[in-house]
Amino acid sequence: MILQGLAFYLFAAVTVAAGVMVITSRNPVHSVLFLILAFFNSAGLFVLMGAEFLAMILVVVYVGAVAVLFLFVVMMLDINFVQMREGFLQYLPLGAMIGLILLVELILIGGAWVISPEAETLAALPVVPAGEMHNTRALGAVLYTDYVYLFQAAGLILLVAMVGAIVLTLRQREGVRRQSIAEQNTRPRSEAVEVKQVPTGSGV
Amino acid sequence: MPELNLSAVLPELLLAVAGMLLLILGVFRGNSGTRLVLWLTVAIFAVAFVIILGSIGRNEVALGGLFVADAFGDFMKLLALIGSAVTLIMSLRFIEREDMARFEFPVLILFATLGMLLMISANDLLSLYMGLELQSLSLYVVAAFRRDHLRSSEAGLKYFVLGALSSGMLLYGMSMIYGFAGTTSFEALAGLMAQKVAAGDAPPIGLVVGLVFLSAGLAFKISAVPFHMWTPDVYEGAPTPVTAFFATAPKVAAMALIVRVMIEPFGDLLAQWQQIIWFISLASMVLGAVAAIAQTNIKRLMAYSSIGHIGYALVGLAAGTEEGVRGILLYLTIYIFMNLGTFACILCMRQKDVMVEGIDDLKGLSKTHPLMAFALAAFMFSMAGIPPLAGFFGKLYIFLAAIEAGLYYLAVLGVVASVVGAFYYLRIVKLMYFDEPAEAFDRPIGREMSLILTGSTVVVLLLIIVLGPLLDGTAMAAASLFEG
Repeated sequence: MILQGLAFYLFAAVTVAAGVMVITSRNPVHSVLFLILAFFNSAGLFVLMGAEFLAMILVVVYVGAVAVLFLFVVMMLDINFVQMREGFLQYLPLGAMIGLILLVELILIGGAWVISPEAETLAALPVVPAGEMHNTRALGAVLYTDYVYLFQAAGLILLVAMVGAIVLTLRQREGVRRQSIAEQNTRPRSEAVEVKQVPTGSGV
Repeated sequence: MPELNLSAVLPELLLAVAGMLLLILGVFRGNSGTRLVLWLTVAIFAVAFVIILGSIGRNEVALGGLFVADAFGDFMKLLALIGSAVTLIMSLRFIEREDMARFEFPVLILFATLGMLLMISANDLLSLYMGLELQSLSLYVVAAFRRDHLRSSEAGLKYFVLGALSSGMLLYGMSMIYGFAGTTSFEALAGLMAQKVAAGDAPPIGLVVGLVFLSAGLAFKISAVPFHMWTPDVYEGAPTPVTAFFATAPKVAAMALIVRVMIEPFGDLLAQWQQIIWFISLASMVLGAVAAIAQTNIKRLMAYSSIGHIGYALVGLAAGTEEGVRGILLYLTIYIFMNLGTFACILCMRQKDVMVEGIDDLKGLSKTHPLMAFALAAFMFSMAGIPPLAGFFGKLYIFLAAIEAGLYYLAVLGVVASVVGAFYYLRIVKLMYFDEPAEAFDRPIGREMSLILTGSTVVVLLLIIVLGPLLDGTAMAAASLFEG
């Protein structure tokens, strides 16, 4: 138990610290790297809670895809982050005040949190006892049966996102040289290669 | 194990499958197939309309309890389908002229409409969110559809960022409600709330805060004050047919959603949410009336007008009674026809092949286009709520419901706001009839435009004749929401 508690505080502290570093570090590349650190530690927290599937998804999807994409964007696009940060301090007092008020409110609500006694019986899915079935299997058993509608709806949302990305970014440009495999293959040798007899001792 | 009951979701299934097939068709035909895809989409909407109309009066739960098909939902779905189909027909000429005739446009509108139908039928917080996101994501894309225009891109981006924020609030509220109740199903939530109220327990603060976040997120989607800031900019920046679309179908769907969420699972917490709805309703009515006065762009004016109209419709929700919901249904029916007609006029505002959007461009319209001026005047009078036009009856039943529920202040202030709002509607009529003509608009406006204009004018002028059957229909739809 003590070990678990220690692990929890370790993961939680590193997550919070990494989160702070994400928004305070000057170099955007460092920000992304700290974000990855935060993801890894959150995954650790999930493992402690027995949600190993979520932990793996977090690592695979967020670290593997999203964070790497961020890195690409940060490195490839020429965004002047220093310029974007201008005026940051100007809004700091207001932002800090709102954040503080929200924090106090959240603490008040969290302190007085009530879970309705009926919640356990109302829960749509019983908690799977540890050791009986692993997470992935338990999720799969309901995802494609009870929740097939939500699964398909999520698929449609992703389809729309894909169509949207193509609509908004794909454009036909004039004067772009494209590769045409057929043209390349039908090109006769005589057109492509010129054979020259070069006598020894003189240039071409 | 709850059943799938696929027959109840037939219209939605049809739309989903048709959307994917049309996407494939569009890819094969390229942009030359836009016209074909657009008309096929309209045909699909018509088929879905007929299916829903044929099964009206049903009350079924489907897809494992996540989806409910009742008369209330069916009524709203019919309105949403009308809005989507008519705006698609209106947009055809525009997209061909303005060089945005790409086959993705009708397909995205189709997916947005599918999202609307799903959210109208949501019976669970999860399906609510899925439907809402499907709709919103498609709307963000169509708002930015003219990507080479700065205004359009700005509208899309603004809508996207603020929409994402509102989704965040919605999810946060949902998580708090789930944290209290342990369930996201509307039926289970309703049972739990009834049990708590019967036992005389005060609802815990966490649940109320969750409800506040949920209503804030939904108020964003219907652009009610104080969550309206995006509306004028998005309406102005988006291409005009897209604006017409925004002002009709998604408004109806989001309104259906907020009514269902407030009445079905949280109907017993009326005392908790009534004051929220009371406030946003009043604020929307007042802002819609006052801020519209200074506008010079007709699309911005229509944005403020739609904020005001949402405020009036919310009066019916603040009443929290069956009469109130009936008033909302009637109001939205009339609202959708007035808006379709007005936007058909706005789409005809072209001088020498250039779209104009200034209110001053309407000067002297009665001399250059007498019929169009007459139609627009009818819509403006109707929006101002002058009897015997349709808009008057919408407001009448809303305010009657408010008075019956004892919301005297709200009803009186609403009437005052509607008098103030009448000013800018009548100003347009004055410009058209009493000012010297500006440059005439291009002709011909096209057969489908004339048809839409005539149709919506007839509805607005002669609604009084079919008021009886319409009231029966809305009463039945409203009753289905309360019986569960």
